Amino acid sequence: MAIADRQSSWTPRHRADSDTPANEAEAAWQGALARTPDRDELFTTMSAAEVPRMSTPESAGTDYAADLGYPGQFPFTRGVYPSMYRGKPWTQRQFAGFGTAAETNERFHYLLAHGQHGLSVAFDMPSLMGYDSDDEHALGEVGREGVAVDSVLDMERLFEGVPLDEVSTSMTINGPAPIILAYYAVMAENRGIPLAKLSGTIQTDILKEYIAQKEWLFPPDPSMRLVTDMVEFCTNEMPRWHPISISGYHIREAGSTAAQELAFTLANGFAYVEHAIARGLDVDAFAPRLSFFFNAHIDFFEEIAKLRAARRIWATVMRDKYGAKDPRSLLCRFHCQTAGVSLTWQQPLVNVARTAVEAMAAILGGCQSLHTNSYDEAIALPTEAAVQIALRTQQVIEEETGVTSSIDPLGGSYFVEEMTNRIEADAYDYFRQMDELGGTVEAVKQNFQMREIADASFRWQQEVEAGQRRIVGVNAYQVQDEPEVAILKIDPNLEAEQAARTRQARADRDEAVAQKALADLTEACRGDANLMYPLLDCARATCTEGEIVRAMREVFGSWTETPVF
Amino acid sequence: MAGKIRVVIAKPGLDGHDRGAKIIARALRDAGMEVIYTGLHQTPQQIVETAIQEDAHAIGVSILSGAHMTLVPKIMELLEAEGAGDVLVVVGGTIPKDDAAALRERGVGAVYTPGQPVAEIVTFLNEKLAHVAS
Repeated sequence: MAIADRQSSWTPRHRADSDTPANEAEAAWQGALARTPDRDELFTTMSAAEVPRMSTPESAGTDYAADLGYPGQFPFTRGVYPSMYRGKPWTQRQFAGFGTAAETNERFHYLLAHGQHGLSVAFDMPSLMGYDSDDEHALGEVGREGVAVDSVLDMERLFEGVPLDEVSTSMTINGPAPIILAYYAVMAENRGIPLAKLSGTIQTDILKEYIAQKEWLFPPDPSMRLVTDMVEFCTNEMPRWHPISISGYHIREAGSTAAQELAFTLANGFAYVEHAIARGLDVDAFAPRLSFFFNAHIDFFEEIAKLRAARRIWATVMRDKYGAKDPRSLLCRFHCQTAGVSLTWQQPLVNVARTAVEAMAAILGGCQSLHTNSYDEAIALPTEAAVQIALRTQQVIEEETGVTSSIDPLGGSYFVEEMTNRIEADAYDYFRQMDELGGTVEAVKQNFQMREIADASFRWQQEVEAGQRRIVGVNAYQVQDEPEVAILKIDPNLEAEQAARTRQARADRDEAVAQKALADLTEACRGDANLMYPLLDCARATCTEGEIVRAMREVFGSWTETPVF
Repeated sequence: MAGKIRVVIAKPGLDGHDRGAKIIARALRDAGMEVIYTGLHQTPQQIVETAIQEDAHAIGVSILSGAHMTLVPKIMELLEAEGAGDVLVVVGGTIPKDDAAALRERGVGAVYTPGQPVAEIVTFLNEKLAHVAS
């Protein structure tokens, strides 16, 4: 099937312009305003979007049935599920992973014992970049900001004692995602757990790697093939698994505006949908298992508007452009994480307050799961005490504040609806610009998104330095003597031990079987068969991640970006 | 043009968090310096080679992966081995206080952590490298 017609028009929604007063009372109010002028401040969001002085029914311009409707119904502005948090609260999912597989395994058991419902794995840089712990590129980086997983044996240590058929696991890895998924699947296979029972999410969102996070292994085209292989494999073999978490988080952390985060993320999602359709998959066979990951930043209402708009845009485009019929294909279900970049190194305990506000935005925006950052993360990896406060922050919101009792409690707020309409229109503007460049993948190759983000990030920094944006502790309310904060240190011996384990794993395996699996993989890369099956064979043969990546690079090559700043 | 400060902005190691590096690169360029940005995933060897090739007065190293205590001393060592020990090295990233002190001890000119104004870096380089401009 051909990729859906890129020329088809993105349907813009109305955008209210309220320059002229709607009635006499408004005219009188505007007259009175002239005598009480605004303070000399930037009244824009942190994304430089104009903020209306006060929204009105006219400026919000909402058509209730068409624009909002009911939760669990098109266009899902008010939420993806009919009962939202009255039925089931969001999943409190704290990202964890540092040091060795065994240490992370301990943290998992700690979090499960403290009431967390889902597990989340952070990998270390060498694992994220396709290098083994004993590779020279891994020097000084093993187990630093996540766990080192070099082979299926590390995966088994990581999940020892964790009931794989009862938890849902989120794994944050992109370039090597197919390899890591193969390790997870083979671990389950070794324990006799059917793949169909595994539940979880793997990030796999390679487009935002080129755009923002910069962790890729191969050029864009073979990368898109691998993503599509995973979508196809999970559709057929792991029906409870979410093969891609389409992520705006990193785009935002790289300095984008909220509108850019929204637009580039959804556009990446549409690109994966188009590739899977081109592979011959029925859109409704895989779309229900696409999920999203957004940032929950500090500009409270803008964030809520962004999350509400995301649901409406995804549902509209999936239905009208890609012909999805299953209502679940229309759902933009998402995880949120509070904004790492909003944390300050100065007066770090103030970060607890920031994170609470951001968490509230995520929840009022209707997230399905949430990670709250620890207050010490601008300084180093989080300590256990800081992680606990972060989790407790979510628990306070859930148990004490009452915000979960009514669905989409801000729906119908003139301001929230107007902001939702505006950011939605901005996203459609970006879709059109990328269409003109030949689509999302082409725009990536032309550095379009990267340039937009670099500009936005530089503008923000200039506003901060000019004092137009005040950040508590940074350029306002500073203190002279910053208190010391306890930080988590990673044992430097850990790297050597992990490297030794990986060498041992290679020494203990059947070398002929391993080499054959790698050779078969290289051969498969030359053809167009689904690569997940040869990857499973590599995992079973205890091939290491670095070996597997090298076997694929023989055919796919690597990718160097032209940096724009 | 004589008298222009030349700075290599470098991203060693595997982490791809380049927002800071790019903002600094642009701010230094706007402040009239000549900026060479290495791009991502550079080894210490590559960074030192670039600095020597470009006859740089300073190297700004951006690291957010936690590998600074391995990578920065390696860069210093290689600079000294190449007879370029006079190149001013500054480091930016999530660097704990103890590590920052250790890096300054090792000869790093300054360590910048999140939230410090870019203007401070510009001022520091202009002062430290005043001899270039004169």
